Amino acid sequence: MTRAATLTWFARHELRLAWREWLAMMTGGRRRRTRTAVIGLLLFGAVMHLPAWAVVGRYADLTLPLDKTSLIVVSAAILLSWALMLSQAIESVTRVFYARADLDLIMSSPVRLAEIFSVRIAAIALSVTSMAILLAMPFIDVLMIAGGVRWLAAFVVVAAVGLSAAAIAIAITIVLFRLIGPARTRLVAQILAAVIGAGFVIMLQIAAIVSYGTLSRFAILTSEAAATIAPDPTSLVWWPARAALGDAEALLWLLSASLLLLGLVMAVFSPRFADTAIQAAAQGVSSRAGTKVKAFRGGSRQQALRRKEFVLLRRDPWLISQTLMQLLYLVPPALLLWRSYSDSSAAIVLITPVIVMAAGQLAGGLAWLTISGEDAPELVATAPLPAARVVGAKIEVVLMTISIIFAPLIAALAWLAPWQALVTACGVLIAAVASTAIQLWFRVQGRRSQFRRRQTSSRLATFAEAFSSIGWAATAALLLTIPEAALICGIMTAGLLAATWKLSPQRE
Amino acid sequence: MTSNAAALAVRGLTKCFDRPAVDGLDLAVRRGEFYALVGPNGAGKTTTLRMVAGLLRPDAGAIEIFGIDALRDPIAAKQMMAWVSDEPMIYDKLTPLEYLEFVAGLWGIDPVASGPAAHALLLSLGLERNLHERCEGFSKGMRQKVALAGALVHDPRLIILDEPLTGLDAVSARHVKGLLAERVRAGGTVIMTTHILEVAERMADRIGVIAAGRLVAEGTLTELRQQNGRTDTSLEELFIALVDVEHAA
Repeated sequence: MTRAATLTWFARHELRLAWREWLAMMTGGRRRRTRTAVIGLLLFGAVMHLPAWAVVGRYADLTLPLDKTSLIVVSAAILLSWALMLSQAIESVTRVFYARADLDLIMSSPVRLAEIFSVRIAAIALSVTSMAILLAMPFIDVLMIAGGVRWLAAFVVVAAVGLSAAAIAIAITIVLFRLIGPARTRLVAQILAAVIGAGFVIMLQIAAIVSYGTLSRFAILTSEAAATIAPDPTSLVWWPARAALGDAEALLWLLSASLLLLGLVMAVFSPRFADTAIQAAAQGVSSRAGTKVKAFRGGSRQQALRRKEFVLLRRDPWLISQTLMQLLYLVPPALLLWRSYSDSSAAIVLITPVIVMAAGQLAGGLAWLTISGEDAPELVATAPLPAARVVGAKIEVVLMTISIIFAPLIAALAWLAPWQALVTACGVLIAAVASTAIQLWFRVQGRRSQFRRRQTSSRLATFAEAFSSIGWAATAALLLTIPEAALICGIMTAGLLAATWKLSPQRE
Repeated sequence: MTSNAAALAVRGLTKCFDRPAVDGLDLAVRRGEFYALVGPNGAGKTTTLRMVAGLLRPDAGAIEIFGIDALRDPIAAKQMMAWVSDEPMIYDKLTPLEYLEFVAGLWGIDPVASGPAAHALLLSLGLERNLHERCEGFSKGMRQKVALAGALVHDPRLIILDEPLTGLDAVSARHVKGLLAERVRAGGTVIMTTHILEVAERMADRIGVIAAGRLVAEGTLTELRQQNGRTDTSLEELFIALVDVEHAA
């Protein structure tokens, strides 16, 4: 086989692996579900055109040249999608480093490693870009339907953004490896991936709160102040926005720059990719938890279980990144709370649904980790204590963790608005209990490392968990503003939970 | 619990999946005995032991652990035994000492006794350098040793092991065999499945041969030879002869 043929063959192999990983994620690893997953995705894509219409429909008539405010809004949207893609790409690169089990095979084969790993880097970029195009499709479709085929250029912009995000992600991850070592890189990369995606939106919210006392991200983007400090419309900064609107020259430059960046990353980092991957594979040996011999602690069997769960949660990189992200999401409402303290604004009510929603979502993840993500199920099953007490101890851990995270915020709220604090506390408790219950009803034993795929084991549970959190968040918000509507919303959410229980496998 | 009851008494044990995996099995293991359960793949060895350990509910039959009805009072039965599977299941983010502390806590063992015992166990298994390392970087053999230490830390009267030597190097295997033999000498009972017939031949007081979910032969090596009319043959040859006969039937 010639070198070119080998590389082509390896590229096909990489794409097949990426496709199968994606398919397994969509179908929960069950091949028989492929057709259902494809139909579900097509339906989801079709339905997504409706919210896409609501979000971008009004921008379809935009034509060049744009005023500064429009340029800021379009550029912010592109920057946001770039941040999200960067987050996704960091996650993909980390997964390739730590999870692929073919390194020995590749490195013992008679191929040039730098070339092979260049292909692997290109495959990562391609998979990130494909995913981005897929997600952007409903929005660009809407723009094309309402504004004409010139919006096709937006697809090329998404591709360019995806390629540059993948290139930066690879560079960041490999540099992290060199600077802090493989063990810490895994954790830091997961935190970065979680935080980068949300960070941009949150920064906009913080700016809006500080300037205008509102949670609206658009307030800052469409403000006079932003337009004043923004560069001139002819500036290079606006080229991505102009490219999205069909400016051929800007489009060509943007795509060329992205490809050049990816090529540079491939040339610089592909020879080091192998070393990095080997270090990642060997990671773990040096992860020490301290060398002091501590006396064993006593207590009941449930205490032993709770202690173990707390230690595992504390050491779980996913949980740390997710908690940080949730806390990051709570920064804007906390800031709003602080501002409200000085000017008693009515916007403070907005804090309650944000907190309740965050608690519900976090409780769902925690409940999966503690209840389903048991790495030694046989040990626990052969221990001399009833299964109900095992589950009870795990639920206690979920609720205690939620309390620890949200109590300070509710305490601060109580200082300012005691009634709202009481409603928020009840909302947090109910949302957390509901999410935990859903995880219990749809419990499927898995390893903690499979957490990423937890949402694919039951779509019903995933949607039920999301709608339950939204429902309780809305109920809490309505209780503070329109109590009669809160009753209806609460009954509807409880009904949703009852229906979920009726459909759950644990009931059978 | 009767004072002279067998360590394990199984009567008419039955479990069907698509087909019968265990088919009316009767088995008795004496106190202080090292019992090896051997049989071809899919014979029902693991299913039998998983039912004994309380991991699977039998379709029919009775299980007694030291005279305690394990199906009626599983908690009391579990208090006296330990289970080690062929695929060691431990927590990646815990160190061996933390894992053993957790297991001792689950069995309600006094920490004053379990702490030093855990330390000694890990040392005897050659894990002195790894006491404070998280298990995520451990090889299969090291994980198996941690799992075994976890099974022994609460000083069970009955230890059930499913292929405990799979994946262990010669030195590790010797450590494990030494520990198990020591437990038996101290009055404990060990039941083990294995594909390594040499180990069964050398270590077990009695050997049970299981095929198609039924016990087809049982006894000491001498008794097995006598039952088959072969006075000077290895367990491997006996095993093949027994399993072939069962397969032909």
